Amino acid sequence: MTNNETMLSDLKGIIQPYIQNQEAFDNLTEATDFINDLKINSANLVDIVLDVEDKFDIEIDNDSMDRMLNVKAALEVIQEKLSTK
Amino acid sequence: MTFEKIISLLPYEPPFLFVDELHEVDKEGISGSYTYHESAYFYEGHFKNNPVTPGVILTETMAQIGLVAYGIYLLSLTSKNLNLTNTKIALVSTEMSFYIPVYPNEKVKVVSKKEYFRMNKLKCHVEMFNEKEELVCRGKIAGMMKL
Repeated sequence: MTNNETMLSDLKGIIQPYIQNQEAFDNLTEATDFINDLKINSANLVDIVLDVEDKFDIEIDNDSMDRMLNVKAALEVIQEKLSTK
Repeated sequence: MTFEKIISLLPYEPPFLFVDELHEVDKEGISGSYTYHESAYFYEGHFKNNPVTPGVILTETMAQIGLVAYGIYLLSLTSKNLNLTNTKIALVSTEMSFYIPVYPNEKVKVVSKKEYFRMNKLKCHVEMFNEKEELVCRGKIAGMMKL
């Protein structure tokens, strides 16, 4: 099972190509919002979800995806899906 | 859903409709064609005294056939009484390479293969061929389609 820190750094690696605000990314915390802080558009949020699926070998349903709007929620969804794998 | 029905549901009309006919469609992809008539308005200015179909028009043609017509088909699979009145459509990304020019009155064929359609985002690998079956352009186009 991936621990929290590795998971966060994996997630950061996935998000990085899509960010439009480097400063917010450099100061990323669990509260960082993908759309409002990192200025990622909704089309690229879909790419992030698909990349997360590949990276962690999980399937993310539409309801879970709708929740994945900030770092904390994304980590929660990943953990949830990993635990039910 | 018939090809005629799909075309009738496209949210375009002349002079900005670039779909004449559809040839095949299934869960994996779509193909269709369009002929650029020599009287098209963009030939008046692109280029001066040297009409060549603009790359943005080729890209638009690929998006209309490969993404929007295809997206209408895919949505019709999930919704029996497809009502597109309030459908939101937006182009979100293109990544295109061009190989040979397309001149007035040339007919082109567009072949689109689905990469994914998830969470309202449709992304396709799209190719365009001329009547000699030569590759005109190729790339990836993505759009959002929400009923």
